[in-house]
Amino acid sequence: MSIASKPAGVEFRNVSRRYGNTAAVDNVSFTIESGTLVTLLGPSGCGKTTTLRMIAGLEMASSGTILIGGKDVTRLPATDRNVTMVFQSYALFPHMSVADNVAYGLVVSGVRKRDAAAKAAEGLELVGLGGYGQRLPSELSGGQQQRVAVARALVLEPEVLLFDEPLSNLDAKLRRKMRDDIRELQQKLGLTSVYVTHDQEEALAVSDRIIVMNRSVIAQTGTPDELYRRPNSRFVADFIGGANLIDGELVGRSGGMATVALGRVTLSVPDPGLPAGGVLLAVRPNAIRLRTVSAGETGGDGIPVTVRKATYLGSHMEYGLVSEFGDLFVVDPNVATPVPAGASALATFTGDGIAAVAR
Amino acid sequence: MPGPQKFAGDVMRPRSAVWLALGWVGFALLPWFAGSGTQPTLAPPSPGPAGSALIDGLTNGRWWLLPAALPLILALVATALPRLHARQPAILLASGAFGLAWTAAQGFAIGLNGWAWGWLGALFGPLPLGQGGFGAGAALTALSFLFLMTNGFAGLGFMKGDRFTAGAIGLVLAAIAAFVFLPVGYVLSGAGDTGTGAFSAAALWSRLAAPDIWRLSCLTEAKACGVVWNSVFLAVMTGIATTLLGLAFALVAVRTGFRAKKLLRVLTVLPIITPPFVISLAVILLFGRNGTVTLVLADWFGIPVSRWIYGLPGVLLTQTLAFTPISFLVMIGVVQGIGPSLEEAAQTLRASRWVTFRTVTWPLMRPGVANAFLISFIESLADFGNPLILGGNFEVLSTKIYFAVVGAQNDPGRAAALGIILLCMCLGAFWVQRQWLGKKSYATVGGKGDNGIPSQLPRGIKIAAYATALPWAAFTFVLYGLILFGGFTENWGRNNSLTLRHYLAAFDLSWGPGGLIWSGRAWGSLFTTIEVAALSAPLTAAVGLLTAYLLVRQRFKGQGAFEFLTMLSFAIPGTVIGISYILAFNQPPIELTGTVTILIVCFVFRNMPVSIRAGVAAMSQIDRSLDECSLTLGAGSVQTIRRVILPLLRPAIVASLVYSFVRAITSISAVIFLVSPKYELATAYIVGRVEQGDFGLAIAYSSALIVLMSVVIALIQLLVGERRIGRRTATPVTLQEKPV
Repeated sequence: MSIASKPAGVEFRNVSRRYGNTAAVDNVSFTIESGTLVTLLGPSGCGKTTTLRMIAGLEMASSGTILIGGKDVTRLPATDRNVTMVFQSYALFPHMSVADNVAYGLVVSGVRKRDAAAKAAEGLELVGLGGYGQRLPSELSGGQQQRVAVARALVLEPEVLLFDEPLSNLDAKLRRKMRDDIRELQQKLGLTSVYVTHDQEEALAVSDRIIVMNRSVIAQTGTPDELYRRPNSRFVADFIGGANLIDGELVGRSGGMATVALGRVTLSVPDPGLPAGGVLLAVRPNAIRLRTVSAGETGGDGIPVTVRKATYLGSHMEYGLVSEFGDLFVVDPNVATPVPAGASALATFTGDGIAAVAR
Repeated sequence: MPGPQKFAGDVMRPRSAVWLALGWVGFALLPWFAGSGTQPTLAPPSPGPAGSALIDGLTNGRWWLLPAALPLILALVATALPRLHARQPAILLASGAFGLAWTAAQGFAIGLNGWAWGWLGALFGPLPLGQGGFGAGAALTALSFLFLMTNGFAGLGFMKGDRFTAGAIGLVLAAIAAFVFLPVGYVLSGAGDTGTGAFSAAALWSRLAAPDIWRLSCLTEAKACGVVWNSVFLAVMTGIATTLLGLAFALVAVRTGFRAKKLLRVLTVLPIITPPFVISLAVILLFGRNGTVTLVLADWFGIPVSRWIYGLPGVLLTQTLAFTPISFLVMIGVVQGIGPSLEEAAQTLRASRWVTFRTVTWPLMRPGVANAFLISFIESLADFGNPLILGGNFEVLSTKIYFAVVGAQNDPGRAAALGIILLCMCLGAFWVQRQWLGKKSYATVGGKGDNGIPSQLPRGIKIAAYATALPWAAFTFVLYGLILFGGFTENWGRNNSLTLRHYLAAFDLSWGPGGLIWSGRAWGSLFTTIEVAALSAPLTAAVGLLTAYLLVRQRFKGQGAFEFLTMLSFAIPGTVIGISYILAFNQPPIELTGTVTILIVCFVFRNMPVSIRAGVAAMSQIDRSLDECSLTLGAGSVQTIRRVILPLLRPAIVASLVYSFVRAITSISAVIFLVSPKYELATAYIVGRVEQGDFGLAIAYSSALIVLMSVVIALIQLLVGERRIGRRTATPVTLQEKPV
């Protein structure tokens, strides 16, 4: 016996969840391919957890259709769906040993005690907790509890495995390790996983695809790379990776690229498909380079700035700049010849890491 | 010596000096003994027995009072020493300890007629004269010794050198020793009293092992069983019934979409505002010989009128009615404490609702259920009013204690022995309960980030909960309705015409030559009750919050033991407190029986644990860094309490004031031993009326009390309630647990 997986895809068709007059999830549609890890990302209150709970069957859709593995499960309660979940609080049963916790789902679905125990032991082995079966959850550390919760969800061989902010109760170092472990496990077993988080870095690190949600609707869907490099809205640009938002003017386009004027400087960015006129430039902090200027020089390829703050961080410098386009935040890998605070400098733009979005 | 000592030393001299000066005042100026009455008086010192210790010792031959001057002189020397003298704290400590020991020793050793202990007489020869109880002078001097001692401790670096903390711990411990342990000690020795004042283990054993306490004859023949078995059987039955009902109520209130949840919550307020025996009166109105149900059954079905309600069935019924709300409150906390995501997790793991309930919900509730059972068990054991009124020939420990003292038997030794047994049973249950709570509570596990929704109950459980809780709630409300209505009928069951007769008898007012005359019979006891309640409430709150501060905010050696001691009086049944106070305080050195002081003291120490819990609950929620911050900003303990903690604690203070006040009005078990014709309390008066068969007046008076207290609570809620409800829902729950 071994833990296999029976991954299945998830599809939402125009799903809404309303509480009275307010919609927690408003007419949302998406498809999750079988065997991939998809993250629901967004600020708190954006509807991501409600979406996850609707996949689990803990919450019922007010309208729309939910399909798992091609079957309509919209009206099925959690008990009858082949979906398991790792809860934010882990939700380990405090009155049962670790082994009993992991075997719980198997035992209540009628698997013989001995088989259930064997499989539970296997599940614990898989998450690196072999030999911890007889302990109580309260005797484990936070990271270990987290692993037990994962094992408990895995041994049922679910069609979809859900993670509700699984790392939010762990400290920063452990969080990094756990997210790598989860990703590794997911890829090894080929699981379909849906992962909820509000931490964009975590989302970028673990996901095949990310669904960014904001105010009950989907803001953008894409691979981590797409979302980072080609955000389609101010919200996504700012939420993922952080960006300097600068007003610019779209003046022309050719061959999938658009030309945007920023004062005297013109930049070439991926074509956002917006009409010519005012746009917002989202400039990543690492897309700006800083160069000291000699007196009298007026570089045509950059904008003049004054360095307000310079912070040395070992691997890179962080600058706070004042310019005619507002304050800019810059991350510069050049630590050998830093620009001191108070100096005048020229900020130039590298080709990558700049996107135009609607104002 | 560590750095902070420097500051402490600076302030210590004046503070110690103040207490020393007060000690001298108490020793040399104030009357040492209680006045001709038993109340401490502040009469000017005069030669003779009412004079100060100094005068009395020099002029009247009570030489044993004079050594108390020694520590006072020693302390004077210490205070006069140069600042920061290394020996100063040690001298203060020694003189305070010696003074306290001497004062206590001579007080206990020499009674009204010379030596109190026979062997002292044999050793030193007879004493020509004795002495009375401690008065104002003795009290002040003893207090001064206590604080000199604690200042000495602080000066030696205990309690981080904080004099306030040391003093507060000393004060609380001394008070508990004097008013909880001393009386309980008297019960223990009283049970072994041979009748001549000597203690004998044989007498103790024969009383403790008396056959009418332990016999099991009801199992083998048609005779009554021992009183212990009656009590235990009743308590177990009550415990089971109230726990099941409480669980049903809690499930309906927390886990169903029941509309009138607010109404159910009203149930939980009822036991607070009701004297415990009022339910008995209502039950008599329904099922007594003239009760409505009894008469209807007799008229319609020809079922003969009987006295079935007087005995086990009646007491069980009334106790279940009276304690279900308490169990309800405990169970609400238990049911709410189960993290909803646990049940959701079970569901995602393919457990059905019923399986979830059986494998997750119920196991998580089980420790709470056991806890609720034990609380009801203790309540039932300690209940006095209901068995007194409805017990008939069914004797339980608490009533048997009462009748051993007030009845024809008048055998304090026997009462004391029964008291020991009751005390042991309650303490045992209390201990088991605390163990259980400490080790088996799951409520706090997995509390983080729990954003689940409580799941619905399985259908069968839901129906069972509704079917149990709702009729019982209706029954309870009907009984309360009867109480409020019963006072207006001429003679319930026989003559149901409406009348104000009973209210007039109790609360009549008339105009006489001297103005308004409170001519109703109840006014006297009502005024005394309110006075006692109003005096004891602030004291209770003060002592309770001070103790809570020590428990939550200070760290010192023996803190666990200290906490256990302070909470112990929680588990001492009222009847035991009553009998112990009579035994301990009807003779010197602390002579209080028949005074209003004994009533106040009794309430303060009985209600203190409630106040402590309220304070602890509130204080735990105020971050410790707030007072540490205040301390680093240069404020002392006292200033920190006054400026930082007290303002934040206002809700807890108000709550504890209200509950001490209300409980002082509704309590019966302890005070029925302590009231005197001069200081009669409302509950004792009502029970007296019931025993006389004067139901009309008893019911009218009870209704008036219920209304009065509802108004008080409503007013307080109105004035300060909003914030309290908004911020801490845990506080009311802890407050509902009352001393038994």
